[in-house]
Amino acid sequence: MNSHEKPLLQVRDLAIGFGSADPIIRNINFDVQRGETVALVGESGSGKTQTCRAVLRILPKAARIHSGSAYLNSDSGGIDLLAMSEKELREIRGDRISMIFQEPMHSLSPLHKIGDQVSEVLILHRDHNKRSAKEIVLQKFERVGFPDPERVFRSYPFELSGGMRQRAMIAMAMVAKPDLLIADEPTTALDVTTQAQVLGLIKDLQRETGMAVILVTHDLGVVANCADKVVVMRDGKIMESGRVSNVLDDPGHAYTRKLIAAAPNIPHEAEPTSARVIEDPILQLENISKSFDLRGGGFMRKGGIIKAVEGVNLTVARGKTFAIVGESGSGKSTVAQIALGARSPDAGGVIKYWPDSGDSAVEVQKLSGDAKRSFQRQAQMVFQDPFSSLSPRMQVIDILTEPLEIHEIGTRSERKDRAIELLEQVDLDPTMLRRFPHAFSGGQRQRLSIARALALKPNLLVCDEPTSALDLSVQMQVLDLLEEIRDNLGLSYLFISHDLAVVARIADEVAVMRRGQIIEQAAPDVLFTAPKHPYTKALIAACLEPDTTQKIDLEAVALGAGNPKTWPEQFRFNGLTAPDLVETEPGHFVRVEL
Amino acid sequence: MPILRFAIFRFATMLMTLVVVSALVFFIMNLPPGDYLSNLIAELRATGQESGVAKVEFLRKEYSLDQPLWRQYLIWVGFYPGPHGFSGILQGDFGWSFEFDKPVSEIVGTALWMTVLVNVAAILFVYMVALPLGVLAAAKSKTWVDYTSAFVGYLGLATPNFLLALILFYYGHRYFNLPIGGLMAPEFEGEPMSAAKVKSVLIHLIIPTFVIGTSGAAAMMQRLRANLLDELSKPYVDTARAKGVGPVKAILKYPLRVAFNPFVADIGNLLPSLISGSVLVSVVLGLQTIGPALLTALKTQDQFLAGFILLFVAGLTLIGTMVSDVLLMLLDPRIKYGGRDR
Repeated sequence: MNSHEKPLLQVRDLAIGFGSADPIIRNINFDVQRGETVALVGESGSGKTQTCRAVLRILPKAARIHSGSAYLNSDSGGIDLLAMSEKELREIRGDRISMIFQEPMHSLSPLHKIGDQVSEVLILHRDHNKRSAKEIVLQKFERVGFPDPERVFRSYPFELSGGMRQRAMIAMAMVAKPDLLIADEPTTALDVTTQAQVLGLIKDLQRETGMAVILVTHDLGVVANCADKVVVMRDGKIMESGRVSNVLDDPGHAYTRKLIAAAPNIPHEAEPTSARVIEDPILQLENISKSFDLRGGGFMRKGGIIKAVEGVNLTVARGKTFAIVGESGSGKSTVAQIALGARSPDAGGVIKYWPDSGDSAVEVQKLSGDAKRSFQRQAQMVFQDPFSSLSPRMQVIDILTEPLEIHEIGTRSERKDRAIELLEQVDLDPTMLRRFPHAFSGGQRQRLSIARALALKPNLLVCDEPTSALDLSVQMQVLDLLEEIRDNLGLSYLFISHDLAVVARIADEVAVMRRGQIIEQAAPDVLFTAPKHPYTKALIAACLEPDTTQKIDLEAVALGAGNPKTWPEQFRFNGLTAPDLVETEPGHFVRVEL
Repeated sequence: MPILRFAIFRFATMLMTLVVVSALVFFIMNLPPGDYLSNLIAELRATGQESGVAKVEFLRKEYSLDQPLWRQYLIWVGFYPGPHGFSGILQGDFGWSFEFDKPVSEIVGTALWMTVLVNVAAILFVYMVALPLGVLAAAKSKTWVDYTSAFVGYLGLATPNFLLALILFYYGHRYFNLPIGGLMAPEFEGEPMSAAKVKSVLIHLIIPTFVIGTSGAAAMMQRLRANLLDELSKPYVDTARAKGVGPVKAILKYPLRVAFNPFVADIGNLLPSLISGSVLVSVVLGLQTIGPALLTALKTQDQFLAGFILLFVAGLTLIGTMVSDVLLMLLDPRIKYGGRDR
């Protein structure tokens, strides 16, 4: 049994480069034992994804493996995956080693039924025919938690939610019972509660089949909760590796310490709070609802109505940050669009805006013409994705002066001066005026889009997930910047995020949204330390923190969040209506039956 | 059966569009001052042939050209009784060609079917050439295969069709003994169908198909290449590879299916451009399609002949679009279940 002493996978001296340039990923060595989980951690550009993909040689066209070996050991001896022919490697892919990708939205073919895509693995590797494959696939579907496997088998990917698609991907990766699963950021695109479910599922399956997992992630919380060993990468090199408990609790390398420090935390201790009366509001939403018509199953047949937002009331205090947290589909972005006047609320909704303290309120939903333009100047938006929200064909100066041109403010040279001023405000070098967005990193681009939002000297910024596309360390810098300009320029923020830790850091008041309704609202200290609503509790519990001593029960979290039927009696729905939002303590609002 | 309901719905809208098109065609043709008969009367008067005028005046009455324009239109289509009761396109009476002095149906009779034949052959050619070459160019992008096919494609796009026709005629005749001009050997014209006639038509079709189809095929190929290249970099292709799917299947089964949509959607657009493009080619190649007749009819304001041909082409286009819409629906579940997408 010599082979069993050898690790399942041994990667040695791996070097990967792009084109004819020198390798940018060098000296990669790590082992994966049977049944264990090895996490590859690093920020974007660290080479973690290319490293894991190199094992199956599924790399971008321009990438080239310069040297190294990856031995896959079994009872019958070891084979070097990097030295095999493409044809031999195809026998390994999907059979002994399988892979899950980051984007559950795009990693399944949109035009093929899910069942057929999963069955294909068995037909390729196990000599199954369609019918015999289907039986096994249905069992797998049941195992990964689909309530109705037959229906999923017949479904197309667009008919399933992100979490469901990732389950289907897992079923596809597991159906041939591989020795090794490579999961490339499997939960990054998912909500926290869904993330907990998916990670829990992978762990369960791992326990059942004894397979090993390579988990690629940027999230130290995921590492702490799921991995046995961790490899920290930066700029194509391994900084540090070892057992998770050793590395996270006692990091040897300065970079690891920096990563751990940058991971945002949710406060655990409550500070004394008092009820806050908002004396100087800037924006107030009253009774805001938004319904959309659904198109039904057939052609030209009208379906029902979906209520994206239902009876939302909130007040943003001048100079403060009001945050809305919620999972995808909670309606938080719709609220942001309504607040900006970009969408009109259903009849009965009122949006009040006070341009200056002491002014009388204007009702945004009734504005038109010049008054509307003036409001649009004063309320600006910062978008989520700094890569697609800046035109790649415009120079920085054009990006920054375009809002001024649209509103016909200033002369050409005045606009240029303003652009320089804006770059300084967001800590970018004013000499960068003539560059194009592609010359900037993700964090710098987000600074640019903040600068653009500031161009018209707004009073109110609506930030829609401004940091969720950024690396952790960059995320902290952008949050710092947002706080700094808020205090310097006297701005008020309506801050939309799914990330509780980010919200805990920046908000003065937090509302938790679920399916279009605010279910709990309080100051962050109160909300995160003494949450009342079971949904809020589950959300908080589902946040994975980089602390190996506080592992969470992934399954319990997964169960708690979704279904109102599992909530304690006083929070439950009465038919389709939730309890009213009541102030249980000063400044703390919860949907609960008293 | 949503697909059946969709097909019926599309067919109904197609008929409505056809009515609108017929009105547009009719009124636009009557926009220039004068018509064929008033031109003729003026000419007869100028040359002193007063006797002919009476006959022309008779024709005027016969074809209701003395009526207001809207009524002329309704009579032409067959919504309104003419001098001899309902007798319009709907009733199968396509009108009278003044230029050729024959009923329209007699002039366009076989030419219609020849037009359909030539253009369907051209479309088949376009798809048969563009599909494999486009896929090959995408799969081997930025290699000599890609560059060569792009070069040949651009050559095909840039060469004027009639020039290509003359060159092909010369070399085709010289090396392969292909016939020059026409759609069949002269001895078969007006003869009933026979195996020999079909064979003759097929041989005569080779060069016209090639000439009319080349530019369409080149454009289609580049479009397919671009679409497929986009799809090849999508994550689901990596998923397929990670499953152990072979390289050929990993292209043909997954990305090609997605890249196929614009390919199918083009069926409708291809028809009118081919037909209008083939008018000149037909004249040069001496093909007995409706192309030459359309050209003459438009020049001489022979309104019933031109109107009918234009309407026919519009009808073909609409049928093409409908076919591609229904095919798309069958091919892409996202369209079929559009309402359920998020």
